[in-house]
Amino acid sequence: MITTSSLPLSDRLLTLVLRLCGGLAALVLGGIVVVLLVQALPFLINEGAGIWQSTWQPGQGEYGMAPMIAGSLFVSVLALVLAAPVAVLLAAWLRYFAPRLRRPVLAGVELMAGIPSVVYGLWGMLVLVPWINQWVPPGASWLAGSLVLGLMIVPLALLVTDAALGQLPLRYQRAGEALALSRVGMLRRVLLPRAAPGIVGGVVLQFGRALGETMAVLMVCGNVVQWPDSVFAPVRTLTANIALEMAYATGDHRVALFASGLLLIAVTGLLLMASWRLRGVSHG
Amino acid sequence: MADRVAWLAGWVILALVMVPVALMVTALWQQSADVLSVGFLLEDPGRAGRSGGIAALLISTGWILALCLLVAVPVGLGCALYLSESLPADSRRAQWLGGVLDMLAAVPSIVYGLFGYQFFAITLGLGFSILSGALALSLMVLPLMIRSAEQAMRAVPMGYRQARDALALSRWGWVRRILLPCAAPGIAVGIILSAGRALAETAVLLFTAGYVLRRPDSLFDSGRTLSVHIYDLAMNVPGGMPRAAATAVVLVALLVVLNLLVRRVLRQPMTEALV
Repeated sequence: MITTSSLPLSDRLLTLVLRLCGGLAALVLGGIVVVLLVQALPFLINEGAGIWQSTWQPGQGEYGMAPMIAGSLFVSVLALVLAAPVAVLLAAWLRYFAPRLRRPVLAGVELMAGIPSVVYGLWGMLVLVPWINQWVPPGASWLAGSLVLGLMIVPLALLVTDAALGQLPLRYQRAGEALALSRVGMLRRVLLPRAAPGIVGGVVLQFGRALGETMAVLMVCGNVVQWPDSVFAPVRTLTANIALEMAYATGDHRVALFASGLLLIAVTGLLLMASWRLRGVSHG
Repeated sequence: MADRVAWLAGWVILALVMVPVALMVTALWQQSADVLSVGFLLEDPGRAGRSGGIAALLISTGWILALCLLVAVPVGLGCALYLSESLPADSRRAQWLGGVLDMLAAVPSIVYGLFGYQFFAITLGLGFSILSGALALSLMVLPLMIRSAEQAMRAVPMGYRQARDALALSRWGWVRRILLPCAAPGIAVGIILSAGRALAETAVLLFTAGYVLRRPDSLFDSGRTLSVHIYDLAMNVPGGMPRAAATAVVLVALLVVLNLLVRRVLRQPMTEALV
């Protein structure tokens, strides 16, 4: 029986330091939540109901975030609706129809995943917004945000789907071939349904990423606080609002921004848990 | 028949992704063509960034990146060692800590910015400074660093561990002489990935490292990174577009070099660590 006290000093020190490092990771998460809560709690208790109103006029003490919450949701949902089918179909196609292309495309896609969100935003401002503007002014809009965000989501959604398909046992494919099933039929009836939990779990995670994305959305959405009446109308998301107003906000206004940060953590946390459930990951 | 159609449809979908990317590359190239030169890298910016180059920003970016890694790499390695050596993979505490890391990875970067602003800049009194920015950034890249280092350490063959136990090696000796050298390539990949993530980040730095354009005098000075420069030039400076695009080209080139470096170390796609 080896007990801790019989270990040499260096080993006891090592164990202690490692524990501290492990604890630090947990402490960071706790710290973020606590710092935001301490800032936002008094405001939430006094004016918590007010954040669900529609008027955002910090000068007049009105902190209704509903249009921006809606803006975040609308932009992210449309981005996901555009990007998820593209990513899933492309991943399946690369695996089962064009396996020789799979390596090079995945390499390119990994490169895309590393491109900074400001660069995607810059592309949106240079190309996408003027293009939509020719079509339906003003250009900077819900649609522009969703398109840029969609392009940003595709790489990771594709990699997740590819990994989920890669985990399927090879015998499904062999059995399908033995039965002379068409590849489309096999994908639709067997392979995709089998991999669905993993794929959906990954896509849900991307939804959280879309909601939390700041820079690209800030640069192309127009940032008008309003309920959008069409996809061509400008919107402001919660994240963009924090980035725009934090620099000069004071008092309750500043605290309201912390409250919106807290809301963002809560929603992304819930989405992560949903993703765990779907992918069958257990976390104690 | 259906397979033939699907085969063709795949090309269309591939084009849906590749065409926007090609447009992005050409747009950035066209905008920046007149500005990009060696001088652009060596000159300091003038007139709020409308003229001159990005030398001061490269210096600020370098400092922030170096400090960020200086914090994130040792803490990340410690946490990865704890996960891979002190805890069995299926133990309750390992799963719980894994959950915490996933949560940290899912926290939106603007929230790291809020936290860094409140905690480092105000509570600790560091102000808008390179130090606040680097610390906030190091927290953001920590989960990525930990996960990739942990993966590399768990991949060290079981036989080595059995040999360690048979020889009754000390834990410290095992970590220093065998585990770290064996896992070194994977750890290097983790460091490079973390550096890439840090270079790409903007939202965390807006209210921690700040906007100041000149060269920083000390670590307590505010300093602007390349990514913040792109944002500011594109959004707030009329006529800043060509230099925003040129800075973006420089930043993307840096990230491509890092990506190639990862490939060299690994000689295979790094799919798992990215997902």
